[in-house]
Amino acid sequence: MSNVHPYVGRAQPRVDGPLKVSGLARYSAEFAADDLVYAAAVPSTIAKGRIVRIDASAAQSAPGVVEILTHENRPNMPAEDEPYKADMVAVPGGPFRPLRDDRIWFSGQPAALVIADTHENARHAATLVKVEYEALTPEVDVSNARDRAYDPPEKRNGIPPPPPPRGDAEATFKGSVIRLEEEYRVSAEHHNPMELQATTVEWDDGRLVIHNKTQGVNNPKNYVCSVFGLDPEAVQVSTPFVGGAFGMALRPHYDLTLAVMAALKLKRSVRLVLTRGQMYTMGWRPDTLQTVALSAGEDGRLTSVRHEVIQATSQFEDYQEPTVNWSGLVYDCPNVTLGHKLAKVDTSTPSDMRAPGATLGMFALETAMDELSYKLKLDPLELRLKNYAEADQNDGKPFSSKELKAAYETGAERFRWSKRSPEPRSMKEGRELVGYGMATGCWEAMMQPHGASAALTADGRLEVACGTADIGTGTYTILTQIGADAFSMPIEEVTALVGDTRLPMAPVEGGSWAAASAGNAVRLACAALKEELVKRARGLDDSPLANASVDHVVFRDGRIALASDENVAVSYAKLLGAAEGGRIEAMAKFAPDKEFAEKFSSYTHSAVFAEVRVDEELGVVRVERIVSAIAAGKILNLATARSQILGGVVMGIGMALHEETKWDKRLGRIVNANLGEYHVPAHADVKNIDVIFVDEEDDANPLGVKGLGEIGIVGAAAAIGNAVFHATGRRVRHLPITIDKLL
Amino acid sequence: MAQAQAAATSVTLTVNGEPKTLDVAPWETLLDLLRERLRLTGAKKGCDQGQCGACTVLVDGRRVNSCLQLAVMRDGCEITTIEGLGGPDELHPMQAAFVKHDAFQCGYCTPGQICSAVGMIREGHAETSDEIRELMSGNLCRCGAYTNILDAVEEVLAERNAPKLEAAE
Repeated sequence: MSNVHPYVGRAQPRVDGPLKVSGLARYSAEFAADDLVYAAAVPSTIAKGRIVRIDASAAQSAPGVVEILTHENRPNMPAEDEPYKADMVAVPGGPFRPLRDDRIWFSGQPAALVIADTHENARHAATLVKVEYEALTPEVDVSNARDRAYDPPEKRNGIPPPPPPRGDAEATFKGSVIRLEEEYRVSAEHHNPMELQATTVEWDDGRLVIHNKTQGVNNPKNYVCSVFGLDPEAVQVSTPFVGGAFGMALRPHYDLTLAVMAALKLKRSVRLVLTRGQMYTMGWRPDTLQTVALSAGEDGRLTSVRHEVIQATSQFEDYQEPTVNWSGLVYDCPNVTLGHKLAKVDTSTPSDMRAPGATLGMFALETAMDELSYKLKLDPLELRLKNYAEADQNDGKPFSSKELKAAYETGAERFRWSKRSPEPRSMKEGRELVGYGMATGCWEAMMQPHGASAALTADGRLEVACGTADIGTGTYTILTQIGADAFSMPIEEVTALVGDTRLPMAPVEGGSWAAASAGNAVRLACAALKEELVKRARGLDDSPLANASVDHVVFRDGRIALASDENVAVSYAKLLGAAEGGRIEAMAKFAPDKEFAEKFSSYTHSAVFAEVRVDEELGVVRVERIVSAIAAGKILNLATARSQILGGVVMGIGMALHEETKWDKRLGRIVNANLGEYHVPAHADVKNIDVIFVDEEDDANPLGVKGLGEIGIVGAAAAIGNAVFHATGRRVRHLPITIDKLL
Repeated sequence: MAQAQAAATSVTLTVNGEPKTLDVAPWETLLDLLRERLRLTGAKKGCDQGQCGACTVLVDGRRVNSCLQLAVMRDGCEITTIEGLGGPDELHPMQAAFVKHDAFQCGYCTPGQICSAVGMIREGHAETSDEIRELMSGNLCRCGAYTNILDAVEEVLAERNAPKLEAAE
């Protein structure tokens, strides 16, 4: 076993795979508890107004009903906003609080909570709660709220507002011959992870163990402790598995608040599983109106870029995402003006959804760039190369690494981009028009402070742990790989733990920062454990390693040995035998290198190429193949990394062709709040996807990792839309590109 | 409460080879019975209205959305859930192929995908990649593992067909 190859960099199968494929991975709604009662939320049938009266008498006498909570009889909650801002992903404004008062802010808002002995009885009784409303006329269409758009007075923490203008984009644009100005719109989307939003609260004599669908267990813990005034020692959040989230489970949702409220009131264990329809009453990718104006010289060099967005938000919070900033850094241009405004609608607050901001902004920019390429009669790829940015002009810093050129080249070659005939409508096969399109993707490579631990356990195994989450990203597996490499151990002898507040502190898992942050934290914890082991080995009576230091020993085959003579060694078993509890543990904290971040900008990049087939008579678009070439630093696991990109591309196909949350504009109610009418890509929508990782060395962190969760989706929809234009000659600037827009 | 008990009906199901006799309310779905009463949480609830396929189990060998089945309708039936196909240490070939091809990410749709794929192969209509894509389209995967799922299903299908081809030669 001494010649274990490094696991990092391989296509290592998921360590949690066997549990997941055999149905034994437990998600938040699947934990058993004695004396468990079931809750069901009663959704508001109006989108705006007030509750006048609630008649719960019929529900109260329905079989099995234990309790009905409304704003009139709920336990006391803090009146001010501050305690609710314990949510580490809170946005400016007043956070939503279920059952706060009689006010209705959005359709489907919970108006009451019914708790009963069985799931069926709770659900039935919920239908018997009669709520009378005083309804006002809602506005849910951002385009009608355009005139009321405003600059958010308070900027969202962690989200860079648009940089100040550089040069004079307006004057340059006016003086240009080659120019375009268009409005782009991406319809509202919902995350729709497969797992329903759910919370199970296990009540154990005042101590709570909470299983809540979340992208970071510490967030719901801090939130409920703050809101309900609970002792942090008496609250544990444990969510080992998350059935997809895509940003939806960053913030605490009302399932958490209501389930904990009910458990505290009843002093019993409570389960609240939201319905698929209720999952449309929380975070969503905001509807946006974007204006992009570009001008260029005859040589194809951009002379000005203006990108402005009006983004929907709720009446009670100023949600913001980085939508336009990309247009100031992806291409080299001296004159740039960027703007981000909000407009309020009567909906729930939007939230981060896979590559928030970038997905929307890069769709607009990359579609406009495609349009510009036709005006210039330049190959779209050639146009990108002519305007390649060697530095981040928003921040005036060089990139820590940027192998986007290599991504363009290898992607184009794999795709056979050179076979593209430049004219729209010039390629055909059978009765279908064929189109080739491409786009660039970009996402910031972020990191966050994370804690981690590494331990040798009594059975000689290595256990690495971090309070981050694995939402399907592969975190369990990469942390296991890093641990196995640190100790040259077979991967089967390493266990990774995530998703529990008893583990070292980590923030929410999002923004593609988990691999770099948790990965480096575990790496440091393993180094600290090695120090600890050597220290203990040195301290043994008559230790053969009495003078050894960590630099002069090797760790393998269950022992610490001198590098110069591996026969001189101390076994882990000996150290464990002498250790209290038969366990030796070390902790470490990782923090991003601030000095490095002051000198360099760090981004991941992609080059996306798409081939579509369009049946003109039927208006049906098929995505025949996608090549996604990614420059994202070191790849820890080729299998899970590839899957991240595949998933992003598939969601990009949905964004381009299918996904659209539709409101009844009169009632303010979502009319397709289900998986039958909100179409997410299905098997038959997805054909060939080719993922390429180009070599990229980056020094922003010791592992050289940049993160992959977001980059796969960025640019995918633009590449598909550009291919549809190439096939048909029809430019659709409002996603999704549904049949009606092509016929 | 009394009302609910009065309405209960005795049902016998064979679940993963074990006979189970239970009193069920007439409105109790097979999915809720599996998840809440028998603690077989491998069958997942993704929509509760037959639109996502996460709850797919095999009923008398046929793939079925268990959220659309009332438990009382299946008295006397044989139910196979993902737990009955194979455990972590003795995976069914389809389960093993899913792990090998990284045919899932979050894992939530996975039991349904696997039961559906096993049922689909048994139906005998899937030969080409396009047919598999079409016949698996009732099982949504929001993580977008479709191409990997296809690879896994094709591998199992090829292994299954291999002996037949040899015999034909």
